[in-house]
Amino acid sequence: MSLDSLDITESYTTPDGRTIGGVVMEMKNITLRFGGVVAIKDISFDIREGEIRAIIGPNGAGKSSMLNVINGFYHPQEGEIWFHGKKRAPMKPYQVAHQGIARTFQNIALFNGMTTLDNIMTGRMTHVKSNMLMQAIWKGPAEREENEHREVVEKIIDFLEIQAIRKTPVGRLPYGLQKRVELGRALAAEPKLLLLDEPMAGMNVEEKEDMSRFILDVNDEFGTTIALIEHDMGVVMDISDRVVVMDYGRKIGDGTPDEIRNNQEVIDAYLGVAHD
Amino acid sequence: MTTLIAPTGGLDTVPKLLARNAIKYRDKPAYREKEFGIWQSWSWAEVEDEVKALALGLLALGLNAGDHVAIIGRNRPALYWSMVAAQMVGAVPVPLYQDAVAEEMAYVLDHCGARFVIAEDQEQVDKVLEIQEKLTGLEQIIYYDTRGMRKYDHTALHAYKDVQAEGRAAHERLEPELAQRLQGQDYDTICVMLYTSGTTGRPKGVVLSNRNIIEASRTSSGFDNLNVGDSVLAYLPMAWVGDFIFSVGQCYWTGFCVACPESPETMQSDLKEIGPSYFFAPPRFFESLLTTVMIRMEDASKGKQRMFKYFMALAKDVGGKLLDGKPVSTMDRLKYRLGEFLVYGPLKNQLGMTRVRIGYTAGEAIGPEIFDFYRSLGINLKQLYGQTEASVYVTVQPDGEVRADTVGVPAPGVEIRIGDNGEVYYRSASTFVEYYKNPKSTAETKDADGWVATGDAGYFEEGTGHLKIIDRAKDVGKMADGSLFAPKYVENKLKFYPNILEVVLFGANSDKCVAFINIDLAAVGNWAERNNVGYASYQELAGHQKVLDMVQSHVEEVNAGLANDPTLYGCQVHRFLILHKELDPDDGEMTRTRKVRRRIIDEKYHDLIEALNSGAHEISTKTEVMYEDGRKGSISATLEIRDAQVFAREAKAA
Repeated sequence: MSLDSLDITESYTTPDGRTIGGVVMEMKNITLRFGGVVAIKDISFDIREGEIRAIIGPNGAGKSSMLNVINGFYHPQEGEIWFHGKKRAPMKPYQVAHQGIARTFQNIALFNGMTTLDNIMTGRMTHVKSNMLMQAIWKGPAEREENEHREVVEKIIDFLEIQAIRKTPVGRLPYGLQKRVELGRALAAEPKLLLLDEPMAGMNVEEKEDMSRFILDVNDEFGTTIALIEHDMGVVMDISDRVVVMDYGRKIGDGTPDEIRNNQEVIDAYLGVAHD
Repeated sequence: MTTLIAPTGGLDTVPKLLARNAIKYRDKPAYREKEFGIWQSWSWAEVEDEVKALALGLLALGLNAGDHVAIIGRNRPALYWSMVAAQMVGAVPVPLYQDAVAEEMAYVLDHCGARFVIAEDQEQVDKVLEIQEKLTGLEQIIYYDTRGMRKYDHTALHAYKDVQAEGRAAHERLEPELAQRLQGQDYDTICVMLYTSGTTGRPKGVVLSNRNIIEASRTSSGFDNLNVGDSVLAYLPMAWVGDFIFSVGQCYWTGFCVACPESPETMQSDLKEIGPSYFFAPPRFFESLLTTVMIRMEDASKGKQRMFKYFMALAKDVGGKLLDGKPVSTMDRLKYRLGEFLVYGPLKNQLGMTRVRIGYTAGEAIGPEIFDFYRSLGINLKQLYGQTEASVYVTVQPDGEVRADTVGVPAPGVEIRIGDNGEVYYRSASTFVEYYKNPKSTAETKDADGWVATGDAGYFEEGTGHLKIIDRAKDVGKMADGSLFAPKYVENKLKFYPNILEVVLFGANSDKCVAFINIDLAAVGNWAERNNVGYASYQELAGHQKVLDMVQSHVEEVNAGLANDPTLYGCQVHRFLILHKELDPDDGEMTRTRKVRRRIIDEKYHDLIEALNSGAHEISTKTEVMYEDGRKGSISATLEIRDAQVFAREAKAA
């Protein structure tokens, strides 16, 4: 990552003292179609380094599709994705992961029979250097490497305050904790860009507060850039720096939470509009 | 009975004990803490280095002799070291309950006039910053965990490690000053100030000198033969006197190792990993642990259940006798051995009590069945009776004389007398110096001859010399007909049922006793699951007809038992209700050590008490509750009031 690749726009400091850098990812005129259905229609927006970027919109607006495009799961028919100043060729999700993009899922996708620790360890996959043979022999480099990975994972466990469930199979955990474990697994990849698909869905107020705090802490402590989809307006307006609003696959708003709150088109999309 | 080593001239302060340990037990582990999944340990030499660096750092920050330093956080080695570092500089450490809300903290911080606060993490720092405006004396805040602290204004805020680094850097300049301060300390220097949990009124700051702490640690260590090979798990609040005696006093006196859990939630698994040899827990802990074991056993396979039942019945017969060294037949010994292999051993391992040589419980009465359960497994669980003002020890049970219904004989060096009204008084070298800034209370509690009033009513059992505690002296009252009213006695009887978590009995100056009951959500919840009773909340379960029936049967059993009691027959529970919420320290209904605050409950639930005393069978009520984040809300509920059967006083045999 060269410095000049970031130098697309100037960096600035947020009111709470974080530094938001230049653009790391830019979506240019993305259009995604499934047969005749247009899921995303000509959308452009950017994500700056170090910011919390929210994507909101009513059901079926195309938010998750957008995340899947960034993630490499869907390939848009039109448009370009620029990452760190370079145009990205169509990629498989694992290649995207190797570029430093990690994600969580709307419906938790953990290995239910495995412990919290092992689940988070799987997040280290992209960083494993030793091959299968070395790991089978284990002694030597593979052992050393595992210790290093374990150290990273333990720091994440400490960070997310889930020490008590370290050895518990995740299938036995309550929903809110499973979500936290999933966040842990994404963090284990030490991502540059973290994609969160509805991190607070189905949580109660207390769990939401906890999760919000963890998201802010991740952003603050590790400087991770975060793009998240969320339904809870209160949460979105509280924690994000900039918000993209989608409706029926179109972008209808883009700006700071305050700008979005006062955007007539957004209000109409959410509250409905009288047709005369 | 015990070998009491008189304190040698040099060992009259905690910092001096540290200096001795750093030489005598140089490489022996002093503190352990689980971090990042691994037990980290510090030897005595390392501890001395850490404590000294911090003490020098505190000097550099301008801490004066006689200042108070508030310590806020959960049990962590760094916070224990902070206390001793403060002592080195000549200041008085004041540990605070870490789960106290900001308001409660404000009172204590203001009362002791703390200039320095050493806080564990962001959460605690936030609380202190929130109340900072009200505190004129507060100058510096030091925090241990740096997470989330980066953006704070650091003009009067310091990271623990930075303070130590400054101390280390300036050691040549500051060491002479530190040595001078240490020189000036002796047996009468104040060692620590601990705030009582305040069952009655505002918390009081109990001032304890080095004499108090070291004498209590010395005699008790001798009594139980504690030595450098022992280990404890420090998990009870640091603000509580017991923790200070175990994790600082006795630890420094004997040089044994203190282990700190990774987080409060991991305590049970950390206990299992550490396997302490010396263990303290309140009765509530043993109760809930037993409940968990029984619930898990009910889910076990039939074969395992039968094996468990058979060997537990055997243990009940012979386990306690074996522990007390009483005669047991060879056959039973062999069977107990087999049981040890099949049941007791694995169970103790699960509980983390395999190595427990001395276990103590205190604070509340413990159910005889619970007590006997642990003893029958071969765990040497004993009872003691103590107070903050006594540096813990008033009475204690010697090995071989352990019983569920007494609190033991006077601890070594303690004199006890019973007042005319039945109140227990004691005197020893460990009795407190004074209540801080409160000469009135000091005079009320401690007389000119050094006798301290416990506030508890009790009597010595004839023959054995064991002390029995009935209730708080002021809570023991009379019913309208003149018979004795001892609420705690009845409450404890009810609380011994696993389904019942808490009971508050009313009846002083009244013609009948009535009660509030809290069910135990874990036990009753499990019962509900097995009996296909659906529920969404505590409130719903508490109002369920079958639950009410079950509680009623418990109440009636207790009533039947009381009818036989010649003095307490009047305390039978005539009417009761199950409260719609659990009594909670956050709502002020209990102290932080989970003792019921009667006066507050009287006021808060006035309508419910009235309904119980009237003939009503239903009452609607609304109760204010405080959430953990400090916001307030309210719960409304309609509660059913049940009449329990009471029994006629049994005629004495002619």
